[in-house]
Amino acid sequence: MQSDWLFIGLFLLIVALFPGAPIILAGLIGPHRPSGPKSQTYECGIETVGETWVQFRVQYYIFALTFLVFDVELVFLFPWAVAFGQLSIFGVISGVIFILILFAELLAAWRKGVLEWA
Amino acid sequence: MNFFSDPITFIGNWLGNLLVSIGISQQAATVIITFIAAGVVGMFGFSLVIFTIWLERKLYARIQDRIGPNRVGPWGIFQTFPDMIKIFTKEYITPIGVDKVAYNLAPILSVSAVLLIWAVMPFAKTIVGTDVNVGVLYLVAMGGIGALGIILAGWSSNNKYSLLGAFRAVAQIVSYEVPMVLALLIPVLLGRTMGVNSLVNAQSVWFIIMSPIAAFIFFTSSIAETGRAPFDLLEAESEIVAGYQTEYSGLKFGMFYVGEFLHAFTISALTAALFLGGWRGPFAEQIPILGVAYFFIKAFIVYFFVALIRISMPRLRIDQMLNFNWKFLTPLALVLLIATAVVDKAFYLVIPGLNISAGLLPWARAAVHLGVNLIIVLVTVQILKSHHISTVKIVGKPRPVAVAPEPPASVIS
Repeated sequence: MQSDWLFIGLFLLIVALFPGAPIILAGLIGPHRPSGPKSQTYECGIETVGETWVQFRVQYYIFALTFLVFDVELVFLFPWAVAFGQLSIFGVISGVIFILILFAELLAAWRKGVLEWA
Repeated sequence: MNFFSDPITFIGNWLGNLLVSIGISQQAATVIITFIAAGVVGMFGFSLVIFTIWLERKLYARIQDRIGPNRVGPWGIFQTFPDMIKIFTKEYITPIGVDKVAYNLAPILSVSAVLLIWAVMPFAKTIVGTDVNVGVLYLVAMGGIGALGIILAGWSSNNKYSLLGAFRAVAQIVSYEVPMVLALLIPVLLGRTMGVNSLVNAQSVWFIIMSPIAAFIFFTSSIAETGRAPFDLLEAESEIVAGYQTEYSGLKFGMFYVGEFLHAFTISALTAALFLGGWRGPFAEQIPILGVAYFFIKAFIVYFFVALIRISMPRLRIDQMLNFNWKFLTPLALVLLIATAVVDKAFYLVIPGLNISAGLLPWARAAVHLGVNLIIVLVTVQILKSHHISTVKIVGKPRPVAVAPEPPASVIS
């Protein structure tokens, strides 16, 4: 159990090293000659207008929010699924009711027009 | 214990004894061995991409009636190496106004997130990085880090097209995580465990036979997670230049490329492990090397389909993509989850009454689940048919056609 997480901890280190080291190395090998026009923001040849971090469509935010609701609740289903063999009928039914509530959430979002890309 | 039945433990013990005999403490030896093992797994995953890039370019070319890479090595198999050397010597062009930390972190994150999945990849019964008991949750978490890499890249680039790409990543990658997690619940429910290797162990009948819909949902939403065609809205080159990677150059761009190809193979391997029985096959339990072969054969078959879908499908529009996710895949996955749970419980309640021999039990269970899946498919098809929106027809007058004016008589001669 402990060695499992030791493996993942060391793996994290290695996995950061694999893409990181070549990037640093290539930065040392490659030329470095920045110039004015080269460092401009690329927008198909036109000079960029105004700030980049502008207001964005609220639709993206709503989708992210819908996702959040679902993902947080789905995590609760994993222990239920693992222990499924030992569950009583009551346990199964309560799980099913939980999923049905999720389904109702989806339908409510659908009905509210949250899922439309307008 | 001998070398053929358990090569990893055998080498580990041998190395451990060696390290202890030269005067290193037991704990330090364990750490060193684990470090080496992690390095080997990471190296393997990272170098696999060299081959898959070549494979995909060749497939792509063949389907488009081209020859593809054919100069460096037999069938151009070493083409990736000169490309790598070339990209290594390129200049990094960092545009003004980027958020330096996030900008440099993003390519590393997008590769690391994919490589991290290989920590729990079961190559064979005994050849596995680590079988964490929360393996499936771990997979989901790593998928989230991948999305974070893309969003960081788009946000930090100080470019409107990059930002649009990041927005689309939110809409796409993040949305498709919902059906993917739901589809991952089905193997967990059928196998009663979350460890990936334990799930392969539990597949005396492949989960694709028990629940083809779950396999389909997982496969589709995984392709959407990789952000490749037909779901490549986040880098749609005809709309938003190159999406989140517009401002990247040199090896930083190359790392996004590596991450994408590696992700494509990783989802194939995961589909093979979770639904196609992983390393399972004749004699795989006795000879782990054979299991590795089975695993990679299955993974490459799935990878072939992933590549085929990428090559032959047109890009979806953003509303079509979101509708497909939220109005088709997610409800389908929820219904499937309820049906699987109820049927599995009912099966184990009814089974003591019927005299089925223990050998046939998994097959009976698989047959019941397959039947339920088929019923769901039929019902879904009926519902889709009744809500079918016929293609838009142009009604009204025909569009005016430009008529060339009569040329002057003097011109005709």
